[in-house]
Amino acid sequence: MNLNLTLIGQAIAFAVFVWFCMKYVWPPVMQALQERQKKIADGLDAASRATRDLELAQEQANETLRESKEQAAEILEQAHKRSNQMIEEARDNARQEGERMIANARSEIEQEINRAKEELRSQVARLAVEGAERILESSIDEAKHRELVDKLAAEL
Amino acid sequence: MATGDNLTSTAYIQHHLQNMTFGLHPENGWSMAATPEQASEMGFWAIHLDTMGWSIGLGLLFLWLFRKVARTASTGVPQGLQNFVEMMVEFVDNSVKETFHGKSRLIAPLSLTIFCWIFLMNLMDLVPVDVLPMLAQKIGAMFGADPAHVYFKVVPTTDVNATLGMSLSVFALIIFYAIRSKGVSGFIAELTLHPFNTPNKFFQVLLIPINFLLEVVTLLARPISLALRLFGNLYAGELIFILIAMLGLWQLPLHFAWATFHILIIVLQAFIFMMLTIVYLSMATEEH
Repeated sequence: MNLNLTLIGQAIAFAVFVWFCMKYVWPPVMQALQERQKKIADGLDAASRATRDLELAQEQANETLRESKEQAAEILEQAHKRSNQMIEEARDNARQEGERMIANARSEIEQEINRAKEELRSQVARLAVEGAERILESSIDEAKHRELVDKLAAEL
Repeated sequence: MATGDNLTSTAYIQHHLQNMTFGLHPENGWSMAATPEQASEMGFWAIHLDTMGWSIGLGLLFLWLFRKVARTASTGVPQGLQNFVEMMVEFVDNSVKETFHGKSRLIAPLSLTIFCWIFLMNLMDLVPVDVLPMLAQKIGAMFGADPAHVYFKVVPTTDVNATLGMSLSVFALIIFYAIRSKGVSGFIAELTLHPFNTPNKFFQVLLIPINFLLEVVTLLARPISLALRLFGNLYAGELIFILIAMLGLWQLPLHFAWATFHILIIVLQAFIFMMLTIVYLSMATEEH
């Protein structure tokens, strides 16, 4: 247990090891550690940013969904209204058409009746004249009496 | 057990506590010491080959391991060895940051080297005490040496030269840092104007020798306590391992128990050496 050169040798070895460690071991490891720290911090940042973005996007999606639902409801309501209106209109049109047709038919019937009456009149007049002719034979001035019978027929 | 029939317990213990020494013997010149007496006759001009070999080998192992990781250190997901190295580096870095508040590129790698190197050297204590010395004896015998005179001490930190070598380096750093941050005059003032201080110039001059004596003792106590603490703990641990090894069959459970307990000491002593180095250096740079 005597002090000797080993002491100096050990001190030199120590100094060389420390120098090597300081020069070639510590800086690369430290640098790697710091770079990883930065990377992880960046990653966490990005993750939180992404979460925020996701929340924002979800909110937006919900908003859009709500709006479109509202729009759909509105459109549906409008369509309902419109269809009701159309049905109403169609009904009105149909009624009007029907009334018009009924009126037409009526006037046609009236015309028909009138024509039949006219015809009947003329035939009655002719029959009356014929009958009177036969009764009176030629004693009657045809032109004179025709006027008379026509007047009679008009009264019919 | 390496105790042959011709070895007494005392001789066995002494044999285990003797370093393999190469030095300048007054009579034989530069040669291997064949006996402890020859080794002590060599005085200062001798070197412990086993201490140097193991410490440098373990230091290179540490540097090789860490350098391998440092070269390929990726910023991605760390794997295997890189995890371990990064854990160590971060642990040391945190310890340094908590204690040393100045800026220094040296302190952190210095602490890492101290911690890992001392830990590895202490770890050799867990190798059963007879294995490597016996191997060395066999190898020595192959080279024609007398096996009884081949000494081999495996744990470098049980050699006071090794611990003192490190603590004196730390001591040099303490002085360097003190002078760098306070200047030569500041350093001298710190040695002479503390702890007793008066505004009266005359009394102050009288107090300077007392202050100097106290402060120098404080200063010198640091490297010596640093070295002897580590040396003492490991030396005692080693000695107990040797004593246990002489117990015959009973050594097995005892050895296991002591080794388990010793793991704690190994790590603790490495940690204490590192922490005290940081504390001393931070004290050297800070104003009182």
